[in-house]
Formats: sequence, structure tokens, C-alpha cells
Amino acid sequence: MIVFKDICKTYIMGDEQVHALDHANIHIKQGEFVSIIGPSGSGKSTLMNIMGCLDTASSGEYYLDGMPIERYSEKALAKIRNKKIGFIFQSFNLISTMTAEENVELPLIYQGVRASERKARVKEALEMVDLYSRRGHTPNQMSGGQQQRVAIARAMAAKPSLFLADEPTGNLDSATGKQIMSIFKELNKQGNTIVLITHDDSVACQAQRSIRIMDGKVSDIAYDENGEQVAPMRGGTV
Amino acid sequence: MFIQSIKMALKSIMSNKMRSFLTMLGVIIGVFSLVVLVSLVTGATGSITDSINELGTDQIDVDISDVRGVPISLEELRTDIASIESVKAVAPQTYGVGEVTSMTKSVRAVAIGTTPELAEIQGIKLEAGRFFMNPDLDNNTNVIVVSHELAVDVVGRSDCVGETVKLGGRSFTIIGVMEKQSNSMMMLMMGTPYRAYMPYTTLVRLIPGKDMSVWSFSVSAVDDLDQAEKDIQEYMIRRFPGDEEGYSIYNESQISDQMGKITGILSILLGGIAGISLLVGGIGIMNIMLVSVTERTREIGIRKAIGARPSVIMLQFLIEAIVLSVMGCLIGIGFSWLAMQLINMIGKVSFGLSPVVVIVAVLFSMGVGVVFGLYPAKKASAMKPIDALRFN
Ligand SMILES: Nc1ncnc2c1ncn2[C@@H]1O[C@H](COP(=O)(O)OP(=O)(O)O)[C@@H](O)[C@H]1O
Ligand SMILES: [Mg+2]
Repeated sequence: MIVFKDICKTYIMGDEQVHALDHANIHIKQGEFVSIIGPSGSGKSTLMNIMGCLDTASSGEYYLDGMPIERYSEKALAKIRNKKIGFIFQSFNLISTMTAEENVELPLIYQGVRASERKARVKEALEMVDLYSRRGHTPNQMSGGQQQRVAIARAMAAKPSLFLADEPTGNLDSATGKQIMSIFKELNKQGNTIVLITHDDSVACQAQRSIRIMDGKVSDIAYDENGEQVAPMRGGTV
Repeated sequence: MFIQSIKMALKSIMSNKMRSFLTMLGVIIGVFSLVVLVSLVTGATGSITDSINELGTDQIDVDISDVRGVPISLEELRTDIASIESVKAVAPQTYGVGEVTSMTKSVRAVAIGTTPELAEIQGIKLEAGRFFMNPDLDNNTNVIVVSHELAVDVVGRSDCVGETVKLGGRSFTIIGVMEKQSNSMMMLMMGTPYRAYMPYTTLVRLIPGKDMSVWSFSVSAVDDLDQAEKDIQEYMIRRFPGDEEGYSIYNESQISDQMGKITGILSILLGGIAGISLLVGGIGIMNIMLVSVTERTREIGIRKAIGARPSVIMLQFLIEAIVLSVMGCLIGIGFSWLAMQLINMIGKVSFGLSPVVVIVAVLFSMGVGVVFGLYPAKKASAMKPIDALRFN
């Protein structure tokens, strides 16, 4: 469902050119749990922003469920993000003036879902992350782990086909991180596609498959059932 | 989506009450001055027009000042107007000024010599006694009907029928006292609230050589005012051929028309000044909206990331500007209402808010919200989602 063909992203900083993504070729199938791992500054966030239709590539082609993304207008992309993609950010990105409930409800409002159905879906999503009792709290009344669970609930409520998580456990302690990871595993079990970005091998190895990124270049790694690294399946491209 | 946008706008306005209020202040002051000033002018116009109407809009005055040959006589006019259907009655008016004195006090008053018909033509109401009648006219008796103010200030009380005062060296018996005038119109027209009506035969004797120069006509029906004026005009042309300069014809509606023009100009002028302050209020809203868009860049990024279309972001901020502006307008109208109550209490008048200006103020402030909200809203909607998200 996700196809990157020779995607490049070049930032121009004065005289210097930064190749944040350098001819990246990626295939991710429906229902996969893929981690993208690489050190800081390797281009992970750039990759996710393009994958999430938040940013456009400098060159190359990106097909999401067969749709050629670079040909869509911002209005159409907003709709795609709304319906197909659920974002989970490292810094949670909840709207601070809104309660947990309102944050989770927002994508449904943009989808044009009726109020009664919104209520039901918000409840379902918040119960899934075990935070329904905290629905009236604003982000600053919650811990980091709780905020991230609200963010996951927000992504879930919209019923997207793709969950994109950019270092979702990066700002959390390891116990809370585990809790978050188990939610992702549960989501994956339900058939959702999950792309998880991390710089932490112990997080990355929990996915079925990892894509390594280094200076904007991607290569594939697979793990065996013990979490041990095995040889790439097919050259640098998957 | 629209209702949601309004809810979001209200929420964001409420989440920062002090700033929202300060933002609205410009509009509040603008609307306040607009509504109060225009309402005052309309109110004042209304009461002046009422005063003019009280004098009788069914009254036409002809001032015959300068005709060659013999001036017209009362008997002649009476018989002639009997054949003019649109005109009901006629009364002469001749004026003199003199000291009216009692044992203790004295004021300078306007003495009006006339016939009993004038009471009906001008709708003069008495609080005590009676107006003089034809026998008084025939015998040129020394009787007067005085204004309330004259009675109070010269005799010391208003129920003074039967008392005697001196005027022009003669003694006059007060036979009637007029009702207190509710307005100052007479004062405006005559320059004094002290008036005394007497038979014209008496006044002519008091001031030898005085002619009856002003004639007041009443019309048969108020709707016939124009017709009556035309008929009188034709009559005058027939009566004084080739002497159009010698007389002038006035009716009260001309005065109110003139008044209306003046106050109309005044309203536009004051309304314009207040409108400018409303525009300044709009600029204040734009300023704060721009700050708000910058402050909330990250929020805009989040909203875009989870699927807000540019038009939705645009609507959200535009509605916020309009809500700010209209809320300011409503608060301004509220303050205006309070101010009018206060003015009414202190000034003992009863001016209301002019509904027209209230509607104009609401529409205008909506317009201000749209015009000055558009640019910030456009700016918010045009942000690239990734740039907005990265903003700190
Ligand atoms: N908006 C930008 N402008 C210029 N350079 C950028 C921008 N975003 C990212 N980069 C650069 O691109 C590279 C990849 O960044 P990023 O994708 O954020 O890496 P990661 O998420 O793996 O830490 C880095 O060298 C970073 O400095
Ligand atoms: Mg990153």
C-alpha cells in the first residue's frame, strides 16, 4: 500500500544542500508492522512527513494505496490525512486548550461524522487506551504517557488504514514506552498497518520488519523471532 | 462544520477573556459612539418634530407685509375663505412686546392679538379659565390669556384666573391660563415662554397703527395641507395681482422638512465619525488575530495534520474575527442602551435606541469582522502543514 520510488528530499540551507532522503525505495504492505530505524539526523522524520502527506518530496514518486500523492492538491491531501493516516508524534501534539475527549473528537469533526457517532467512537478509542475516565482532562493535567495514549486514541478514532508514529516513546520512560508499544502491537493484531520510527534498536526489533536509514539512504533488515538481526532480504530495496 | 467553527471560535475567545475584551474594546467604543450619537440626534429630531406637530401641521401662515394698496380685512378674508373648501378657519395674529407687571413682579412678554379661532387653529389648551370670545372682540375688552410660565412668574401661581395684571399702562383681567408647554419649541419660535393672547381689537388699541400682518389658516383635513396651500396661493395671486413679493406663505411641514434635512446631515456626520472609530476597532481585531495566528501556528499544524482542509482553518479564524467583532458590537449596544437610560433619567427625556442604527451597527461590525479577519485567516489557511507543525 505504500510505495516510495526514488524519493529524494533536499533541503537548501544557504549554499549547502542537505540530502535528507536520497533515492529512497520502500514497499510496505497492508497490515505490516514496520519500524524505521536510524540515528538522529538520518532522515527519519523527513521520511515520515512525506509518507504522511505532510510534506512533498523533491523528486520521486509516492503511491499511497495506488494514489500518486505528488499530484494532489493541499485540499485533497488534507482529506487523505484525515481519512487514511493516523499520526502519533514524539511530542504528542495535542491541542493544549482542548480536553482529551475534544482532541480525540477533532479528526471526526473534520470527517463530518455526526455528533452521536462521534461520541461513541471517542468513547471506544479512549477506552481502548484506558483513559475514558480522564476524558475531561486537558493535556497539561496528564502525564506524558497518558498524553501519548490520548494521541493514539485520536489516531484510532479516525479509523485510518495507516498509523505513522515518529519516535512515540522517545519522550517517555521505558515502562511507559512498553505500554505504548503493546498498544501498537494490539492495533497491528487488529489488522492495521503501522510504521514506527525510532532510533532505539530495542523498540525497532519489536516490529516484524525494520527499515534502516542512514544519511538519507534506506536499507532493509529483518529480525528473527528472538529479535536477532538477520540478513537483508533483497539488496537495499524492499 | 459551520456550527463547529462557531463553537471553536467562542471557545478560543473565552479561553483568553481579558485579551478578547481588550480586542473588542475598539469595536465597543465605536459602536457605542455610533449608536448613542445617532440615537440622540434621531431622538432630538423626533421631539422637535413632535413639537412642530403639536403646533399644528394643519396650519398655514401667510405673512402679508408689503402689499401695495389697502391690506386685507378680517371680514373680507372670512367671506372669501368660506368658498375655499380645503381651508377651514382663519385668524389674524399681530404681535407686540411689553412688560407684564403684577404688584410684585414684572416680565417682558410677547402679546398676541388675535380672534377666538386661533385657539382652535393652534390647538391651544388651557389649564384654567377660558379663551376670549367674540363679545370680548367686539367690545375690545382688556382680557388676556397667559402662558403658564407667565402666570407663575408674574402672579406667583398658575390658578390665577380673575387676577389683574398691567400691560402697556392698562389693567388686564386674566381669563385663562395655558397648559405648561411640554417642550421648548414655543420658546425657540418666540424667543420667550412668556406669552399673552388678547383680542386683536384690544392690541391694536394698545399699539396704535399696528396692522394685522400674519394670518393663520387651518385646513379642513391634514392630508389636504398641500391642496390648501395651493388654494391659498391662488387666492393671494388673485387678491394681490402682480405683487408676489408682498406676502409669503409658510406651513409647518416646511419647517419640519428643513429640520429633517439638518438633522439628517448631522446624523451622517456623527455616524461617519463613529464609523471611523469602528474601523479603527477593526484594525485592532486584525492586529490581535495576526498575533493569534502566529501564536497558534502549532495548533494550526496539528489541525492540518489530522485533516483540516485549508478552507476549514480559514473559516475558523474568520468566524473568530467576526464573533469578536459582533460580540463587541452587542456589548457596545448594551452600553449604549444603559447610556440612553441615563440620559433619559437626567435629561427627563425619553429617547430610545434608534433601531435603524442598531441594525446598521451590527451589519457594519460584521463587515468589519470579515474585512479585517480575512487576511489573518488567509494567512493561517495558507500555512504548509509541516512548517506549521515544526513551529515552536
Ligand atoms: N526544514 C529543514 N530545513 C533544513 N534541513 C532540514 C529540515 N528538516 C530536516 N533537515 C535536515 O535533514 C536531515 C534529516 O532530518 P530529520 O528527517 O529530521 O532526521 P531524524 O528525524 O532522523 O532525526 C538532517 O540533517 C536535518 O538537519
Ligand atoms: Mg526526527
